Amino acid sequence: MDSLLSLGHGFLVAFEPTNLLFASIGVLLGTMVGVLPGIGPALTVALLLPVTFKLDPGGSLIMFAGIYYGGMYGGSTTAILINTPGESASVATAIEGNKMAKAGRGGPALATAAIGSFVAGIIATIGLAFLAPVLVKLAVGFGPWDYFALMVLAFVTVAATFGSSPLRGLTSLAVGILLGLVGIDQLTGQARLTFGVPELLDGVEVTTLAVGLFAIGEALHIAARHRANPEKPIPIKGSLWMTREDWKRSWKPWLRGVAFGFPIGALPAGGAEVPTFLSYTTEKRLSRHPEEFGNGAIEGVAGPEAANNASAAGTLVPLLTLGLPTSATAAIMLAGFQQYGLHPGPLLFAQEPDLVWGLVASLFIANAMLLVLNLPLIGLWVRLLAIPMPWLYGGILVFAAMGTIAANPSVVELGMLIGFGFLGLLMRRYDYPVAPAVVGLILGPMADSQLRRALQMSLGDPMILLENPGSATLLALAALALLAPFVMKGLSRYRIEED
Amino acid sequence: MIILKASLRAAGLAAALALGAAPAAAAPLELKIMAPAGAGGGWDSAARAMQQVLMETGAAKSVQVVNVTGAGGTVGLAQFVNEARGSGSQLMVGGITMVGAIISNKAPVNLTQVTPIARLTGDPLVIVVPKNSPIRTVADLAGTVKQDTARTIWAGGSAGGADHILAALFAQAAGADAAKINYVAFSGGGEALAAMLGGRVTAGISGYGEFESQIKTGELRALALSSGKRLEGVDVPTLKEQGVDIELINWRGVFAGPDLSAEQKAAFAGAVDTMVASEPWAKVLKTRGWDNAFLPAEAFRSFIAAENERVGTVLKSIGLAK
Repeated sequence: MDSLLSLGHGFLVAFEPTNLLFASIGVLLGTMVGVLPGIGPALTVALLLPVTFKLDPGGSLIMFAGIYYGGMYGGSTTAILINTPGESASVATAIEGNKMAKAGRGGPALATAAIGSFVAGIIATIGLAFLAPVLVKLAVGFGPWDYFALMVLAFVTVAATFGSSPLRGLTSLAVGILLGLVGIDQLTGQARLTFGVPELLDGVEVTTLAVGLFAIGEALHIAARHRANPEKPIPIKGSLWMTREDWKRSWKPWLRGVAFGFPIGALPAGGAEVPTFLSYTTEKRLSRHPEEFGNGAIEGVAGPEAANNASAAGTLVPLLTLGLPTSATAAIMLAGFQQYGLHPGPLLFAQEPDLVWGLVASLFIANAMLLVLNLPLIGLWVRLLAIPMPWLYGGILVFAAMGTIAANPSVVELGMLIGFGFLGLLMRRYDYPVAPAVVGLILGPMADSQLRRALQMSLGDPMILLENPGSATLLALAALALLAPFVMKGLSRYRIEED
Repeated sequence: MIILKASLRAAGLAAALALGAAPAAAAPLELKIMAPAGAGGGWDSAARAMQQVLMETGAAKSVQVVNVTGAGGTVGLAQFVNEARGSGSQLMVGGITMVGAIISNKAPVNLTQVTPIARLTGDPLVIVVPKNSPIRTVADLAGTVKQDTARTIWAGGSAGGADHILAALFAQAAGADAAKINYVAFSGGGEALAAMLGGRVTAGISGYGEFESQIKTGELRALALSSGKRLEGVDVPTLKEQGVDIELINWRGVFAGPDLSAEQKAAFAGAVDTMVASEPWAKVLKTRGWDNAFLPAEAFRSFIAAENERVGTVLKSIGLAK
């Protein structure tokens, strides 16, 4: 009840005209930087910090939160329309979303992403308001062994899900893991596979690989086949809006997306990528239309989009309750708090109730604003697809290269982007799925360092993975996910024989 | 100190006047500050705080911050050495992590190739243990480390960073073999803090500010600060007070490019001096929880040389550098 009262009071704070104004500026800016690849919410907030120094703390923090949510929202637009995920959290969205756009269903794809993000944002913000103290206890209890077990579960489910055969999926995953080895090893500080190139010391950037494989690889592939098989501009089929069937197929993935995104986002090393991929694979397994996956299944957009927005709310849990920033944007928001002499942590809720609950309430408002802002834009966005193919893909190449350069102005980075583009072309040509490579790059280094941390802390005893209930459960789930398809296959054969 | 500052300011003013006479540098400073790390980190916040205060005090007309990420700042440093040669408008932020990264990455460039302008801040590190740990004092911890070096699990920031260096120095001071320490490197303060709160490690090291609220609520027990003096209003003794002769701060400073003219150096010194003496800078230090550690250019240069020597020795002793 206390929380409800405080939240009500928070709404009073958030509905103050100036705060409403800050929230709307925030979501607008956030959506814009989300759409532009290369400029993320983290950099935007960093740029605004000095400007907001003189402003009222509540208002500017509300604006920062709006930017964060808006960025998560905007990232999906380019992923769906031009297969260029602006951030790693949108990679899973690009897989089905762009296929939908190509099938002339860009409108419903954008709509399910927007509404799914809204639903997820609202539910996750409720979670933030009421579950934060409980969740943070769980999150702190999550040790390296638990992370490693979570990664194993993700590997197992993801590898089997993509592509025409598990072997092709695993091959692509292995490429990603190999790329993930490049750079300074986190635990020993030693360089691996960098060949004396200083730019490689920090490893391969996820967005560079994703944009290279997805956007550049695709553009090259289309160009290579253009003469033999000229594709026509994509006609928009059916309604721009979601049909009844679309709604029916979207709402469950939204909810499941939240169930993945929020808790994993709240983990100190959880992030937004793992839940989006877990959501994607879950939806593929549960869908009644598994044959549509790979050709534009709406569930594959709805789930990951909800998961990535829910994880954004999740990262605010450790930030507000412990003062732990778990993403770059959260780190800058922490600097924002400190700029006003506020110290997020166990005491913040007690010391600054107006500010915290005002912030939470304005997250609800920011979500609603994002929906209002984004739905009318869908009609405008899908017209992009009416651009003639050579122009559209020429534009994508420029856009992708520009985004990479904006994020990291270096020749090596651009060279890698082009290299990955050609890799993407070859993988498409020989029918290897590209998404597992990105998954491998994200999860590989995490699994590597978490396993070694776990072993370092257990003084080398691998049993630590089975002794902890959390990791043991996750590993059991992974084993189940690995064996279940074979068992099911065996059972069904048995049944057929019985008939 | 006041006299020193006043005379420095006078020098800066004189330099500014001298510059005013030269037509080429008549305009007030238009600066570009490189933060050789991503947005949100310590160097980025230092660069942006400088941006804010330099403009607010009028020490610079415009200030632009650029982020160049990579390899503990060495990617940014390499770029800076090339691009800022002889430039009177470019600065770079750096710190102790960069000293370590240059050594362990065998970087082709180092801090002797740039021009130190000033050391600005120096945050003390804190050694903590979980609240229900049997270790209550620095002497207890030293005993544990000496008795069973490999089983004493340390949690802290990146491998080879200031936290790691302090763990190694502490082990040496306790009479243990630094090569044997079991230091678990976490990628951010967040994960390390989670490991500490979960009570899964023996001791943790981090900037005092990062653990401050957990220390105040009693979730973590602070054993010692690594700085030479106590922090104002903080009831945690230093290592030296407790008989461990170690002083280490996570310092940040500002550098200019190679081959500067005396006038350019003086102009930078003047601007930085105006900044550190100003009210807004004092406020920034207070709100960010940064400890003032101002050192002017020449003293900063010899400090870096000494730091380079010490960090190199420690990194060799823990096997991160040859």
